[in-house]
Amino acid sequence: MMQRRRDRRIAVGLALTAAAAITLTACSGSGSGAGTPAAEAELEGRGPIQYVSSPDASGAAQATIDAWNAEHPDEQVTWVELPLDADQQRQQMVQNAQVEGDAYSVLNLDVVWTSEFAANRWITALPEDALPVDELVPATVEAASYRDTLYGAPYYTDGALLYSRTDLLTAAGITEAPTTWAEMQEDCTAVLALPEAAGMSCYAGQFDKNEGLTVNFSEAVASAGGSLFDADGNPTVDTPEAKTALEFLVEGFESGMIPRDAITFQEEQGRQAFQEGKLVFLRNWPYIYKSLSATDGSSSVAGKFGVSAIPGEDGPGVSTLGGRNIAISSFAENKATALEFIAFFTNREQEEARLALSSRAPVFPEFFEDAAVTANYPYLPTLLTSLENAQPRPKVVAYGATTAAIQDEIYAALTGDKTPNAALTELQTKLTDITNG
Amino acid sequence: MTTTIASQAAPPPPADMPRRKRKEDRAPREGGLASLLLSPTFVVLLLVILYPLLSALYQSLFAAESGLDADGFVVEGESFVGLGNYLDIFAGAESGRFYNALWNTTFFTFVTVGLETVIGVAFAVAMNRAFRGRAFLRAAILIPWAIPTAVSGLLWRWIFQSNGIANDLLNTQILWTAEGFAAQAAVIIAEIWKTAPFIGLLVLAGMQLIPEEVYEAAKLDGANAWKQFVSITLPLVRPALLVAVLFRLLDALRMFDLPFVLIGPRKTSVETLSILAWDESNQLQYGAASAFAIILLVYVAVIAFVFIRVLGADVIGDADARAEKKAARAQKKAARAEKESAR
Repeated sequence: MMQRRRDRRIAVGLALTAAAAITLTACSGSGSGAGTPAAEAELEGRGPIQYVSSPDASGAAQATIDAWNAEHPDEQVTWVELPLDADQQRQQMVQNAQVEGDAYSVLNLDVVWTSEFAANRWITALPEDALPVDELVPATVEAASYRDTLYGAPYYTDGALLYSRTDLLTAAGITEAPTTWAEMQEDCTAVLALPEAAGMSCYAGQFDKNEGLTVNFSEAVASAGGSLFDADGNPTVDTPEAKTALEFLVEGFESGMIPRDAITFQEEQGRQAFQEGKLVFLRNWPYIYKSLSATDGSSSVAGKFGVSAIPGEDGPGVSTLGGRNIAISSFAENKATALEFIAFFTNREQEEARLALSSRAPVFPEFFEDAAVTANYPYLPTLLTSLENAQPRPKVVAYGATTAAIQDEIYAALTGDKTPNAALTELQTKLTDITNG
Repeated sequence: MTTTIASQAAPPPPADMPRRKRKEDRAPREGGLASLLLSPTFVVLLLVILYPLLSALYQSLFAAESGLDADGFVVEGESFVGLGNYLDIFAGAESGRFYNALWNTTFFTFVTVGLETVIGVAFAVAMNRAFRGRAFLRAAILIPWAIPTAVSGLLWRWIFQSNGIANDLLNTQILWTAEGFAAQAAVIIAEIWKTAPFIGLLVLAGMQLIPEEVYEAAKLDGANAWKQFVSITLPLVRPALLVAVLFRLLDALRMFDLPFVLIGPRKTSVETLSILAWDESNQLQYGAASAFAIILLVYVAVIAFVFIRVLGADVIGDADARAEKKAARAQKKAARAEKESAR
């Protein structure tokens, strides 16, 4: 009897633990990536296709799809909507590729995923004449290529801007936005001495431990004249330039030029702080321009701020390139239709039509200086300057591991757990391991 | 389970008697029918539990090929590495990360479950009293439990951000969502807020089964409130409480979404084993991710087993004990009725 009772107990215990395990094992999946690599065959086949992307609240992308569908009754495009979270989008697309599913034809990829998808042969190389590449912002074409082959069509782009409190700068007798770190520091000293700047801090970016930190660090390194990887893809972070960049950030925190709580800032917290009038300078993306200039009382800096290119060590800094590319899944059917669709989706007319609906920066340079467009989006000319010398984030296949290593080491340096030297040496070792496989 | 009061009320009969009787009652055919009727359940269990488990175990023995060929394409396929993934985890270069996550998981589990139990029982005691608005309080207390963890993670992230409510109220500048003890405290607070009601409600359900007469008798004997709580309430709700704590233990050991959303991934001070497994699978290292999942599974199983063996030796047997007691009571009643009718 005792024995039986004990058995039952164990059985129930096992059932409980097993139930607990389901959720765990479910996430490990079966990722046998075996199978034939998709050949760079001709892009053939016509018929209905699926456009796979994050939701688009502006409705701009849907308008383009409707326009296409009206003209192509036999080659309809259906929108497969993925979650808003970029990690989840990537995961779903990777899973689809690993089972070689044909449910996704045209993929909307973050620029940093391009190398990974191309190197795994999950997306198809595009023919050289598919897109008017010479007419696009060069950095966007570069970001859509892997090893000099074009894999995606640039859809929209994004770059860094320095937001500054022009009202306070003027009050301190400064007319020009700073172009170097030293100038920014000087301007801060002058502004913070003003009585109306009481309680303010100087500068912030995105320093929380996430993708924003990788962006900000690689921008700082590029702005100091260095780079994270050389032309052959070997890591170069144990260099004087990278050290200058990291020390700029670390000393910024130490001296209080960067407020202490900026270590918890992602894009939104920084925007909030600037919008509440707590910062003189902020590095952020163009998307916050709209909420900063809101005149409904939600922004205390409306009409009091300006934008410029981010500052660097000896002159204007180098922005990191953001944005999205449109690519064709290697496992899709009807690739000929897909190719035609991405050309249509990213052509001049559609980009122009979308500009009216969404504030996303186009990939054709002429729109950045078009008077009708800049009336609505006054930051576009500045953004173009920023994009003209922008650099893509590290173009490595194992981007996930790379950005994780960068975040680990740089965050440790910013929080004072490691010296900049130790962090960079260790980062160099880690990145070498990652790139060598 | 026996307690002084319960045994005074109804001295337990020889434990074997009722059970044996039930067994004899059951026709042999009934057992066959029962297994037949249950077989679809077992098939489903095999499919949804055993298969993923074995599959993960198998997967954990492989590692993805890494490296690029001359044209820059990823070398495809996976190679069999045996226990290599486990060796890497326990003794490899990154093993520090694993031990840290193991420690975090254990720390969070024991601290949160411990505090939750105390607070949950206090909730239950409060709710068990008769007072106006009791129904409202009971409904209100369920709200944290009803909110999805990811959502409450965001909610608490907002509370704990540098210019958030927490810092305003405390009039401090603690960086809760950065690294360190503050981050751990934030996770613990949010977790307790969310799950103490769960324990509270389960314990309350147990309390409502305690007959009022028992308390009245204790009062007559001069037992004060604390004495009543320790000698009556606690022993009698013990089965319900142990089940609640067991559930919470299993849940807390898998903790993922709260630290992930509230503090963020890859934050050393709050990284748990589940987050590590997620991180590996996100890097397409399914072998290592499976190995982490298996290690966590074994860890959960060990904790659950120890808990059931040591603390909750009665968790499962208790149902029998209660049935036996009930049967004994019924028997006694019947005997008394017989005696009376005979008189």
